[in-house]
Amino acid sequence: MSAPTFHRVTATMMPLPIDHVDTDQIIPAEFLKTTERQGIGRGLFAGWRRLPSGQPNPSFVLNDPRYAEAKILVAGENFGCGSSREHAPWALIDHGFRAVVSSGFADIFRSNALKNGLLPVEIPAGERDALMAVAQERPSTEITIDLEACKLTDPKGKDFSFQVDAFSRRCLLDGVDTLGYLLNHLPTIEAWEATRSTPFDTRAGDSF
Amino acid sequence: MAETLFDKIWRRHEVVAPETPDLPAILHIDLHLIHEVTSPQAFAELDRRGLKVRRPDRTVATMDHSTPTDPSIDRARLKIIDADAAIQLDQLARSCEQHGVPIFPLGHESQGIVHVIGPELGLTQPGFTIVCGDSHTSTHGAFGALAFGIGTSEVGHVMATQCLLQKKPRSLEIRVQGELGPGVTAKDLILGIIAQIGTDGATGHVVEYTGPAIRGLDMEGRMTVCNMSIEAGARAGLIAPDDTTFEYLKGRAYSPRGIAWERAVEQWSTLAGDPAASFDRTVEVDASELQPMITWGTSPGMAIPITGRIPTRAEVTDEARPGLEKATSYMGFEAGQALLGKAVDVVFLGSCTNSRLSDLQAAARLLEGKQVSAGTRMMVVPGSQRVKKAAEAEGLDQIFRAAGAEWREAGCSMCLAMNGDRLAPGQLAVSTSNRNFEGRQGPGGRTLLASPLTAAASAVTGKISDPREMSR
Repeated sequence: MSAPTFHRVTATMMPLPIDHVDTDQIIPAEFLKTTERQGIGRGLFAGWRRLPSGQPNPSFVLNDPRYAEAKILVAGENFGCGSSREHAPWALIDHGFRAVVSSGFADIFRSNALKNGLLPVEIPAGERDALMAVAQERPSTEITIDLEACKLTDPKGKDFSFQVDAFSRRCLLDGVDTLGYLLNHLPTIEAWEATRSTPFDTRAGDSF
Repeated sequence: MAETLFDKIWRRHEVVAPETPDLPAILHIDLHLIHEVTSPQAFAELDRRGLKVRRPDRTVATMDHSTPTDPSIDRARLKIIDADAAIQLDQLARSCEQHGVPIFPLGHESQGIVHVIGPELGLTQPGFTIVCGDSHTSTHGAFGALAFGIGTSEVGHVMATQCLLQKKPRSLEIRVQGELGPGVTAKDLILGIIAQIGTDGATGHVVEYTGPAIRGLDMEGRMTVCNMSIEAGARAGLIAPDDTTFEYLKGRAYSPRGIAWERAVEQWSTLAGDPAASFDRTVEVDASELQPMITWGTSPGMAIPITGRIPTRAEVTDEARPGLEKATSYMGFEAGQALLGKAVDVVFLGSCTNSRLSDLQAAARLLEGKQVSAGTRMMVVPGSQRVKKAAEAEGLDQIFRAAGAEWREAGCSMCLAMNGDRLAPGQLAVSTSNRNFEGRQGPGGRTLLASPLTAAASAVTGKISDPREMSR
């Protein structure tokens, strides 16, 4: 798999006006019994998108045809809290999302999302609410997210600025393979390790 | 410059310090813990690149998340009833063999929940950096180790390089004054802390727990507190090592011995933060004001004293009102309602939060000579095979069985319900685990988080009960 990139996305939004959406909601644990990454989008918001009968829940936004093409999820605060499962951004990406806009992200979700090219766009709650209202009232409205400029532009041409840490931004703009970047530092890592003692060898066995 | 415990561990593991604060450091990892659910795609990435696990001597694998805890399910039967889980377990065993990574598979005497076995084997040591593809890795911070959960991409990074690219989080001191009252446990303390600061109250921070109430906790209580740091959004939770820590570690399988032990204790004793060191933020909590806590909603921060009431619409902020409505609607509760006396379908005693020997002892003491209520199912799932064996040596299994509870094999079990142990839709559970998210313990299941004491008391009455009201 080549390193993910993100430059600029112009797309419609899907509103999810719920705070503290945890990764168990994004992808429930039953969908983690996979050794693959592909096809995981079928589990996205599984508990909300289906009724107990298994039929699609018509009142959940993911089943609303007006949002079928949305590539930007606009969500409540503290998005992605809970479990560290990277399956959460994998599921969002597999479904077609390229960015999530929120007033706050959980740390591990943010890190996982950035490593997969799903851009977490953090903006103040008031601005997020304004975008949410646009997404709810005019679902066909497109917005643009530009990572080079760290700018989100609404249909009226109003700009919202956001921040992405400098390293992650560079990696996404240039398609840097972060594992490759670390591997390039192996000589330094080895030299550093040579100056440290090893407390134990995990392979030594576990008998008391 | 004066340093906190966190500063010291971080600095001692910085292979390459960042040129500016906005850039990540290359941070060296002492111990990498692996399990079957978040590692397969990382092993696949290594294989794709033709890489091997670089430091198998710093890596340990176990099976816990999708493993059966029903003693009647062996490997052959698992293949039939849950082929996906069987494939995941087989693949972990195969990958570990190919990469030379030691593993505690099903049936091994050291198998168990990754955050239970690390400490009990002495793999977890003060001053270490510890990571695992699991958010509850924060548990190991109880030993004064910097321990945090990572995603699968980062699992691959550590496998291939033993390092991570990390920006240094901010620091938050949670100073816990006073002492816990009778019947009030470490679980109640951490639920109280999360209720106070919120589920994103520590986002972007590494928490250090300080103060007399923390010093007064035993290691298993400290693990319970650090375990749920992530439920407040924290990157990690830390407690400075002291004599309680050293006493716990002495003589464990991977603990240093002889002169090496003396040297280790000397070195570990230097880890505590310098008196002049400062934190980015400090929060004060008074332990003596806490009661047994229980959650009423679908987020760990939605917790109240067990004798209390769910907040009313008027008592919460405008921003919190939709969450109150969504949570009470899912839970089938009303705003303003009390919880005491509500009928309980299932009691789950287990998880990396509360499945250690002292948790089982506390629950068993309360259950001894009593019966689990006729309408209630109680599952007891020891955190590891070693916990199970130690409990059986004390006869705790007999107390649980005599009371009518199920005595299971070690694993994560109903905490996240991916191994077949799950609630039926609508069932109400009092659970000693860490997350009450919608459907966490099974689609449609309703979870109330509480301490092992509250869980045991509720099992006996079949209703949500205050453990302080139960005679011993």
